[in-house]
Amino acid sequence: MRVLLLALRRLAASLPTLFVVLAGLFLLLQLAPGDTVDALVAQMGGGDPVMMEELRRYYGLDVSVAVQLGRYIWRLLQLDLGFSAIYGKPVSAVILERLPATLLLMMSALSFAFAGGMALGVLAARKVNRWPDTLISTLGLIFYATPSFWFGLMGIVIFAVNLGWLPAGSFEEIGAGYTGFRRALDIAWHLFLPTLTLALIFLATYLRIMRASMLEVLNLEFVRTARAKGLSPGRVVRRHVLRNALLPMVTLIGLQAGTMLGGSIVVESVFALPGLGRLAYESVVQRDLNTLLGIVFVSALLVIAVNFIVDLLYARLDPRIVT
Amino acid sequence: METVARLAKSPAAIVGLLLLFLVVAMALTAPLVFPRDPLGLAGRPLQWPFVNSRFWLGTDTTGRDIAAQIFHGARISLLIGIVATLLAITIGIVLGALAGYYGGLVDDVLMRITEAFQTLPNFLLLLVLVAVFGSDIKTVTIAIGLVSWPASARLTRAEFLTLRSREFVQASRTLGMRDVQIIFREILPNALPPVIVYASVIMATAILLESALAFLNLSDPNVPSWGNLIGTGRSVLRTQWYVSAIPGIVILLTVLAVSLVGQGLNDALNPRLKRR
Repeated sequence: MRVLLLALRRLAASLPTLFVVLAGLFLLLQLAPGDTVDALVAQMGGGDPVMMEELRRYYGLDVSVAVQLGRYIWRLLQLDLGFSAIYGKPVSAVILERLPATLLLMMSALSFAFAGGMALGVLAARKVNRWPDTLISTLGLIFYATPSFWFGLMGIVIFAVNLGWLPAGSFEEIGAGYTGFRRALDIAWHLFLPTLTLALIFLATYLRIMRASMLEVLNLEFVRTARAKGLSPGRVVRRHVLRNALLPMVTLIGLQAGTMLGGSIVVESVFALPGLGRLAYESVVQRDLNTLLGIVFVSALLVIAVNFIVDLLYARLDPRIVT
Repeated sequence: METVARLAKSPAAIVGLLLLFLVVAMALTAPLVFPRDPLGLAGRPLQWPFVNSRFWLGTDTTGRDIAAQIFHGARISLLIGIVATLLAITIGIVLGALAGYYGGLVDDVLMRITEAFQTLPNFLLLLVLVAVFGSDIKTVTIAIGLVSWPASARLTRAEFLTLRSREFVQASRTLGMRDVQIIFREILPNALPPVIVYASVIMATAILLESALAFLNLSDPNVPSWGNLIGTGRSVLRTQWYVSAIPGIVILLTVLAVSLVGQGLNDALNPRLKRR
């Protein structure tokens, strides 16, 4: 209960941030050359000024900017993201269709990066300044410097084209008509390479943080006590160090939620996955600003939601946090 | 001088400096080694590397020299990396300094704005900026700078928070110095080292952001960019994979160089942390 209150308070604190995001988006829309009416009239092939005035009034563009901003935010709060002219349906419907693939990709990449980063970080910290540490840290640096889309392309060349082990793209076998467990397996098989691609950069960050955090905790007094009690090194790490060293890792999940969404734009484009990121890319190419801004809004909500969950987790992991 | 000496002792930093030197050399010599337009037709398309001595890295799908694009691409990547980084840390330093020095309402407002920028995925924000303002090289560079500043603002703010109550600041105030003087002449030089180290992270990210944007064909198509070349190679990925592979390795090495130098600098500036 106490934890929930704390997390809710943090959630309330993110409301001003959300407001700034919305106002910023609105400002960007104002800066975009031409308004909705200009676009409509251009599509119809010209129109007279009287009709354009009429249309502006119809779309509520004749009132002051402040009133427009107020109306815009009110619409967004009702989750009305406007209409996509390209897809011919409400933006919220288009986004909802694409959301599951992205969430699945993000969650699997996050789990992989977290687990892998933790394991490698612990290993590096226990062998600090010896060859396993050097090897792992070097690998981390290289992963960090690799452009993810390039890693994805090379993965396709090796595993899909040359070895034929994995599919080169798409979310599932189209037209195979799999159901239930068979379908889940098929999707997992298709998402293997995208997950690895997206996870790579984050794996590098997680392992670096985990290593540093392990080294820090290993020097604390209570660890010395645990050793003095005669516990084996493995037991000290598992029972005493790990839980404390995990705290910065959990913080990192919240900090990187946004970066991960950004990364999925490129990864989904490489592997032709029907997700939110690919939708963002397509709406830039098709100049569908309504959809693009809708995605930005949903991403902001998603990041705030992830941070809410992280707060809850954090408070569970660290009993020292009190309201 | 001590910093330089410590930097020279770290093998990782030396590798980084060497790689960075190579990239800078490529950028500087590009017009001499490849005087012709790197985006112009040079020979038969899709020649493999090391087959034709005229095109030692081969040619791409439209018969452009890959080596020439790599050399000229170094100019673009470095230019975008440096300019965007300067822009980002300038914004970050000014906002962070104001927020940290004045505190109160100024701090609240500036930090809300910073958080808003951190909440949005920066690549998505970059796409929005490009969609609204177009994608010529100047716009792309400014846009990358505009999405990269929040972390440096937070860093500067944190430094200012610890420095603003120090004695030398109080002394400056007693001497009757104006706020602008205290912030930029007295506190800033002391707050700068961590921000400068962090600049290497921003630069590495900026180069990666530009290459991703160019790969998606959303950057300036009229400049030779490594990301562009990877995107070009995508259509022949199954057979002529080298078109995409070569520029990717160059990006990897460049970003690695920047990170290594940054890390070396960090270790050299904080010798106490070196042991960890």
